[in-house]
Amino acid sequence: MSKKIQAIYLWWHKPVIDQELLQSLPNLKVIANSGVGMDHLDLKLIAGFGVKMANCPHAVSTSTADTGMALLLASARRLVEGYHIVISSCMEYCEANFLGAEVTGATLGIIGMGSIGYKIALRAKAFEMNILYHNRTRRKEQEEQAVGATYCEKMDDLLRQADFVMVVVSLTPQTHKLIGKREMELMKPTATLINISRGAVVDQEALVTALQTGVIRAAALDVTYPEPLPRDHTLLKLKNVIVTPHLGIRTDKATYMITEEAVENILAALNGLPIPNEVLPS
Amino acid sequence: MWYHRPVITAELLQTLPNLKIVASSGMGIDHLDLDLLSSYGVKLSNTPFVVSTDTADLGMALMLASSRRLVEGYQMAVSPDTEYFPSDWLGSEVSGMTLGIVGMGTTGYKVAQRAKAFEMKILYHNRHQRNKEEESAVGATYCKKIDDLLQQSDFVLLSVSLTPQTHKLIGKRELELMKPTATLINISRGLAVDQDALVQALQNKVIKAAGLDVTYPEPLPRDHPLLKLKNVLITPHIGGATKKTHRLMMETMVESIQASLAGLPVPNEVL
Repeated sequence: MSKKIQAIYLWWHKPVIDQELLQSLPNLKVIANSGVGMDHLDLKLIAGFGVKMANCPHAVSTSTADTGMALLLASARRLVEGYHIVISSCMEYCEANFLGAEVTGATLGIIGMGSIGYKIALRAKAFEMNILYHNRTRRKEQEEQAVGATYCEKMDDLLRQADFVMVVVSLTPQTHKLIGKREMELMKPTATLINISRGAVVDQEALVTALQTGVIRAAALDVTYPEPLPRDHTLLKLKNVIVTPHLGIRTDKATYMITEEAVENILAALNGLPIPNEVLPS
Repeated sequence: MWYHRPVITAELLQTLPNLKIVASSGMGIDHLDLDLLSSYGVKLSNTPFVVSTDTADLGMALMLASSRRLVEGYQMAVSPDTEYFPSDWLGSEVSGMTLGIVGMGTTGYKVAQRAKAFEMKILYHNRHQRNKEEESAVGATYCKKIDDLLQQSDFVLLSVSLTPQTHKLIGKRELELMKPTATLINISRGLAVDQDALVQALQNKVIKAAGLDVTYPEPLPRDHPLLKLKNVLITPHIGGATKKTHRLMMETMVESIQASLAGLPVPNEVL
């Protein structure tokens, strides 16, 4: 059986691709990942076996951008808390004191302005948000103007000004713990951190401290490290945190599109053609 | 007047012979008897446009949260019983879907502006059609018959004011015209929807889900079925609940009060 396998379609990081597996599949030509993140794969190891790799960058960007906006809005307007007040056994509503933070007109800082980050900017612009962004490379002027985004060469400048900091980077050795104690202390005490990239991009322990001591106002995390968090983790208990179960691309439509994209990649590889979304070990 | 209190009755008005104006917070005036007030010579003002932006934001928040199952997801993420997140646990896409806006006033239009950025196809139903520039700015198509909107929409968002004409505007018939995969979002008034019909529709999967910032009454009785349905997201009438908007509302109300006491034309007077 193992001699017949020429392609693997990875679904939610399974099966685990290790030396043992690769050795047992002599005719494996391509591994197609569902989703865009490749941090769970040892790219060099796989390439060493002559196996090609591909991801699905296009299928994920819209759904993930929507997730980012959903989290931003839910956190700002205290949706989860509000829902729990509604269904609680206590009759007294709303304290006319139940207030959220304004989204329209607020400043959004996007860290990582790739396809997903850019789609977030497009959406945020419709909420008349003031958009700042930090990226390895600056985007073209037309792209900036189309979303009214201002480049912050130094991430610190973005952190100081943003009401909402949205982290949309891929996980690499450079972005590991990109947002730590120092970065959170630069943020406004009224700011919200939203993470839709990978849990390891944020220093989780530092985040707990920052949230408990009011260094920042709130956080909304679609990703954590690990996923799921241990059941007794503090992040699950803080009132000013929304944790969601890696909603990123969890829609029927995205699932379909991802699979289509993966199949395209696999067929190209098996037919010896250029792979549309090949990922090379860098 | 803040969040509809105090309640204005004939008794109250009789005890306040020198009352000149009632300044009501928010947009809706359906909780007030306009004839009663004017018979006592008391003016009325509201804060009509101040809340519209935040309410539009909340409409989008409800649509996204409902569609992506955000609250359910949160509950799973924090539940002591959760060991892993099942790979077949999915929500529905918002971007690219069809949004039908019922009531394209200030708030409805702001929702359209936001939804456009999500590449949503926008239909709207209104007492009057908006002009061509306004329509093309948000890519909205007018549906003279609400039925057409209901049949085509993936999301039906209600942003009407409550009047005798809009009372129970969405009832059994309207819900049955909606797609079984559709979601109803209500950011206007609980009474614009036939709540009992809504419960039936949700229980029988006539529609998929609902996101409600308003109900009738508020709050609902603790044993109300809407509070128990998994596919219903309810928020405690927080459409205008941000610091900035509350401040603006206050400022607007004070302006109206001061003008009335000075015998000047009252800004935001309701006639």
